[in-house]
Amino acid sequence: MTTTIDPIATVPLPLLSRYAECTMWLARYMERIENLARIIDVTETFVRSGASDGWRGIVQINADEERFFATHDATTARSVIAFYTIDTENPTSIVSLAHAARENARSLRPVISTEMWSQLNIFTKFIRGLGREDIRPSEIFQLCARIKQECQTHTGITEGTFYRDQASIFYNAGRHLERADQITRLIDIKYHTLLPSEAGVGSEVDISQWSAVLRSAAGYHAYRRVMTADIRPSSIVGFLLKSEAFPRSLSTNLRLLHGNLTQLRRDYYLRGASPIVGRIEHLRNILGQQTAQEIIVRGLHEFNDWIQHELQVIQTEIAGAFWPKPGMAAIIAESPEPAPASGQTQSQS
Amino acid sequence: MADKIDVSSGQIPAGHDIPDRSGLFSDYRNGHFFCELTNSGGPSDPRIDLIRDRLTSLPLHDLRARAKQAEQELYNLGITFTVYSERDAIDRILPFDLIPRILTQPEWQHIDAGVRQRVRALNMFLWDIYHDRNILRDGVIPRDLVLGNANYCPAMIGLDVPGGTYVHISGTDLVRDDSGRFLVLEDNVRTPSGVSYVIENRHTTLRVMPDIAAGIDLMPVDDYGMRLQNALAELAPAGVSDPQVVLLSPGIYNSAYFEHVFLAREMGVPLVEGRDLVAENDRIYMRTTAGLRPVHSIYRRLNDDFLDPEAFDPTSMLGVPGLVEAYRKNNVTIANAIGTGVADDKAVYAYMPRIIRYYLSEEPVLSNVETHICAEPEGLAYTLANLAELVVKPVGESGGYGLIIGPHATKGELAEFRTKLEADPANYISQPVISLSVSPTLCENGLEPRHVDLRPFAVTGHSTWVLPGGLSRVALRRGSLVVNSSQGGGSKDTWVLAQ
Repeated sequence: MTTTIDPIATVPLPLLSRYAECTMWLARYMERIENLARIIDVTETFVRSGASDGWRGIVQINADEERFFATHDATTARSVIAFYTIDTENPTSIVSLAHAARENARSLRPVISTEMWSQLNIFTKFIRGLGREDIRPSEIFQLCARIKQECQTHTGITEGTFYRDQASIFYNAGRHLERADQITRLIDIKYHTLLPSEAGVGSEVDISQWSAVLRSAAGYHAYRRVMTADIRPSSIVGFLLKSEAFPRSLSTNLRLLHGNLTQLRRDYYLRGASPIVGRIEHLRNILGQQTAQEIIVRGLHEFNDWIQHELQVIQTEIAGAFWPKPGMAAIIAESPEPAPASGQTQSQS
Repeated sequence: MADKIDVSSGQIPAGHDIPDRSGLFSDYRNGHFFCELTNSGGPSDPRIDLIRDRLTSLPLHDLRARAKQAEQELYNLGITFTVYSERDAIDRILPFDLIPRILTQPEWQHIDAGVRQRVRALNMFLWDIYHDRNILRDGVIPRDLVLGNANYCPAMIGLDVPGGTYVHISGTDLVRDDSGRFLVLEDNVRTPSGVSYVIENRHTTLRVMPDIAAGIDLMPVDDYGMRLQNALAELAPAGVSDPQVVLLSPGIYNSAYFEHVFLAREMGVPLVEGRDLVAENDRIYMRTTAGLRPVHSIYRRLNDDFLDPEAFDPTSMLGVPGLVEAYRKNNVTIANAIGTGVADDKAVYAYMPRIIRYYLSEEPVLSNVETHICAEPEGLAYTLANLAELVVKPVGESGGYGLIIGPHATKGELAEFRTKLEADPANYISQPVISLSVSPTLCENGLEPRHVDLRPFAVTGHSTWVLPGGLSRVALRRGSLVVNSSQGGGSKDTWVLAQ
């Protein structure tokens, strides 16, 4: 790894703790919006291919049952899609996430590029303007495609314009943390939607659903290319968890996250990064020492839960290490329950 | 229409041509008002004629398309202020007019000299009233008006600020009467806003009107942030070799947040909120990922009251506990200094010509608008006798609130105001109605004259520099004299033609 310190910088640039936090959360929220669009998209496919209660799966993987059933009777397509897209009362909806991304980006306007802000400004206003007519069954595929594309535009503008210093490292750490978390949720949707029964495994429905998971992670073609005719669920899980080349795999993102924290420690002398680097190494070892088959046998869902929990601990440790007074810089949004593994952490400034 | 004055009855200042009446200007009538484009204040500059000729040849629909493009761009770039209602946050742009307001070199040099003179006098006045109080002892200005002023800050007594500079950033509101003479309407020496629009308006105007500006050399406005950063670094506490400057903002929910972002970026300094700063051992630090780092100069966009809950409003969550103590120990520079509000008070304003003569032994370069102080019996008597002809303003308000424009008010409104005035005369000053100059502005029916003012911004370190031009605010409502953005005002680019 080469150093990230810019040799032409005339002064060493300090980074406000609040900016570090906001960049992480901006990245996380934008990734989360993209993933939610992907998950809605793949669920739609599941339901069309016959999964009996496909919409319930989304509510489960986000650990939103309590909040959802407080205001809804049943997980219908209409109710779940509305809950996760335009419901401003639901903190895990796309409109709420876009609002949180926007507020963080507003705080970051002195740091991010004008192009980044301008695109986020237009995108988040578009999301805020969505109504019932935009989430009808005939429209939902289009809407998800548009949201994914806008998130990718954000990612591209960020890659092309964001000055590479501490702020961008924290941004990347946020992205990798979120991608690691989200891939486990995406795998879990298959688990929740169709509990693996001996009879179902390998059936046509099973295979088409695993293909849909791959497609929603934008991994279908890459998978085909490297695994050719192998469509065993364990191979697909192995690809999503352990590929070192697939940009959304757990393994890739743990490796990149490890690199981000190492950069902070080595190039910016942030000694607080050391224990976190150790924790990520531990996580990588545990993942590396098991085959996908072994993970499935020991319990895929439990493994995913455990990973999600560990990632939350990492987020908390980062917050503690780089904020002179923990909690001072952050206003934690109404996160349902910080402790349980599968709830998603949230923050906005 | 009553307020559209026929040019034949209006007074065209002698020596100026009747404006060209073709194309866009075919229906343009500025009547007896001084027009910023079609008249020029001093010797005529051929470049103004060139600009007017270029504008004249633009089709109206083309101009409208450009205006729309400019608005969309401002909106998308987030050059906006935010209005909060109960449920929503609505981003609004400050209405932008794409026809520039133009100043010649002689006009500008006059303004520049006048603003610099005023800032010098204001800084000397502030030093004096927080130290020796000579001006009070010599009876130039009533003691009570200064020491009894709500903005007079006892914590500042005896404190020596670096360079003797209290006012680092000032905005002087100028208007132009029907003879084209510039007059000072008020000084803004607390946390004047609007400078970001000066610079963004330039960018926008040059983008949408490249053909109008082609080949015309304008004085640049881009170096404002750098100049400000230099001034604040220059006046950092003594002995600091590499001062850390920051901009202190109330945060993203403040309506001027865009300007804070803009300035922090242009200055290349961190934009901090109160919660990012901490006082330890009478020094100020910011919280960074690597721990606490010292801060030496703070450009604050927070009113005095909110700066430090230990010294002022104890309920303020926006400030930094201990900041004033660190300031009093000369460990941090605050710009503008605390307690400058006493100098831009509307009642103190009336004494500015005397203040300038007292400290500088010079005549004011820029005149005040004739002002009657209702706290004084003669002033009140005059105001009450001429209420229907005067503008009467409360001294403590800003943003164009609470004032009455006699000639525009109904009998009922005048009677109601008279009661308020008699109940609390010390709260008011009055001035004659100035026939503010007009500038051609794109309106529903094409180009129409709209009243404008001018707020030049001055930056003071060891010396004072005035940003060439300033914010031209325009009253978009026909006939309106109120240019404040909160009252339907917009803005336009101000061009100072280079030498």
